[in-house]
Amino acid sequence: MINIEQISKKYKMAESYSVKDLDLFIAENEIFGLLGPNGAGKTTLISMLCSLIKPTSGSFTINGLTYKKNKNQLKQLIGIVPQEYALYPTLTAFENLKYFGSMYGLKGKELDHQIYEKLDQLGLLAFANKKIETFSGGMKRRVNLIASILHDPKVLFLDEPTVGVDVQSKNVIIDFLQSLNAKGTTIIYTSHHLNEAELFCTQVAIIDQGTLIVKGKPKALIDKFDSAKNLEDVFLSLTGKGLRDSA
Amino acid sequence: MHKLWASTYKELLLLSRDIGGVAILFVMPMVLIITVTLIQDSTFKTIADTNIPILLVNNDNGEVSKTIEKGLETANAFKMVLDKTEEEAKELVYKGTYQLAIVIPENLSADLERKVNQNVNSIIAKIGLEEATTDTVAIPNKEVRLYFDPATQQSFKASVKNGIDKMVSKIETESIYKAFQKQITDDPSEVIFETENFITFKEIVAKNGDQEILPNSVQHNVPAWTLFAIFFIIVPLSINIVKEKSQGTFVRLRTNPVSYATVLAGKTLVYLVVCIIQFVLMLLVGLFVFPEIGLPTLDVSGRLPLLLLVTVFTGLAAIGLGLLLGTIATTQEQSAPFGATLVVILAALGGVWVPVFIMPEIMQVLSNISPMNWGLNAYLDIFLRNTSVVEILPEISLLFLFFITTTLIAIVYNEKKNAV
Repeated sequence: MINIEQISKKYKMAESYSVKDLDLFIAENEIFGLLGPNGAGKTTLISMLCSLIKPTSGSFTINGLTYKKNKNQLKQLIGIVPQEYALYPTLTAFENLKYFGSMYGLKGKELDHQIYEKLDQLGLLAFANKKIETFSGGMKRRVNLIASILHDPKVLFLDEPTVGVDVQSKNVIIDFLQSLNAKGTTIIYTSHHLNEAELFCTQVAIIDQGTLIVKGKPKALIDKFDSAKNLEDVFLSLTGKGLRDSA
Repeated sequence: MHKLWASTYKELLLLSRDIGGVAILFVMPMVLIITVTLIQDSTFKTIADTNIPILLVNNDNGEVSKTIEKGLETANAFKMVLDKTEEEAKELVYKGTYQLAIVIPENLSADLERKVNQNVNSIIAKIGLEEATTDTVAIPNKEVRLYFDPATQQSFKASVKNGIDKMVSKIETESIYKAFQKQITDDPSEVIFETENFITFKEIVAKNGDQEILPNSVQHNVPAWTLFAIFFIIVPLSINIVKEKSQGTFVRLRTNPVSYATVLAGKTLVYLVVCIIQFVLMLLVGLFVFPEIGLPTLDVSGRLPLLLLVTVFTGLAAIGLGLLLGTIATTQEQSAPFGATLVVILAALGGVWVPVFIMPEIMQVLSNISPMNWGLNAYLDIFLRNTSVVEILPEISLLFLFFITTTLIAIVYNEKKNAV
């Protein structure tokens, strides 16, 4: 499904690579967790896969397609849930979703039906005509998610989709993503919530300083480390306990 | 096409939700045009109606100074204060209490009369009508001193100087006539010389066929300041684009299968409508508000289609610049002040404040690159010269070319910056 070969990214003025010679294969219909400490290169990797930034070197294909040759086809195939609320605050939830749905060529009653259905599934139907600026963080996260899946993407990228939300919202989001995956959507997500990733992901990859450290099923990784009781223990064993502040 | 309409509708919604922004877009240009036209209109009337207080130090108290005093009084432009000495007047003017002090020297009337009489006598003697007098004495030239407040504008100074110069010349001429009259006849009531000006000026406005064009402050100001207001759309438009980047929606759009050109086209359509509404409001102000506040009515008879045409292309040029600025700028702190300053520079270059023909040569050349200059020329051609579409074709073509160029640069810049 996603085949990444020797991909690297070094930002202008940066002293080191954010992602360095990374090889990764993500199979179809996985829920794939990209885990790593701050500055590990998770967002950079997802941004390259979503055509937001250009790799310095290396290549990747999604479903056998590349942005160079199949830009619009590929954009139609994927969905991205950015870390920030990528919504217009003064528009209502419905207006935001109608607009972003239209950008995928959806229109008319079919689009309206999709919007109302998804709002209902994520508990937001009653707020369809309220402005985004009046929403709580959790509500915004859910609208942010809906805006990315109206066109039924084959691959969904999520950059920390549950950050800053309450437990209730988090559960709704996770349940919804699992239902999407059950319908055939491949999910690639980054998170700092290792417990969440342990329960939610079918595969995880831990990356640090731009390189892949380990990849596997959460359970298999926990079993691999004798002293590890959970994924967090595995993570700390591999990345260390030192702070990763950078500026 | 569906994506374009969706983008346009979204922009319309965003604009309609920002009531303060909409008010600024529509109300401020009207406030601007009323204020500027009132000020400029009163500038034309300043000399006639305003009564600026000035100091007149009359050290002469003779015929000449009385004539100057009377001349200044009848001009209705000044309110004279007469009880100061030259030193006091000088200080008051330098302090800025008064804009002007006129000091008439001692014995001006007597010395002028003596000087003129001497000259006339010598001429009469030369042509043999009378014997030459031998007691010619040297009479020093007289100086009427004008003290100006350092803050006084050059145009006001020049106008006052010219006025007084004209008055003094007339007094001198009349004195010469009187002196000759005295020499030629003993009857002072006998009219030998006509002292009225032989050469006069008449202002004739250029005509196009039978249609007389009557330029006034409104016909001049409405196009100039409408243009200024239209170009100010650069600021909200560039902020709109920068906001999309900062609130993350631009990131989402970049991952959507929609071109940047479509996104910009949606903005262009909405902001073009804004420009047209701005223009219509300006016209309505000119037609209905100006007469109510004592200003001349704007005459748009038979010109509306052409005016709208120019507005569309001017609006496009302004929008193109806004799109480019918004695309390049990364923060509102960059786009807003830069956009506002750029409009002021383009307006200055374009001849909105000072006519291009009185600018220094280098600025006249530079004015040709200001889209505001192209727009202003097209508006003035329509308002004041009654031109046809063919005659404004070069200006509107340049405006359109400017829109295409700036928009293309914005698209290419965005593509290059975000190439994957």
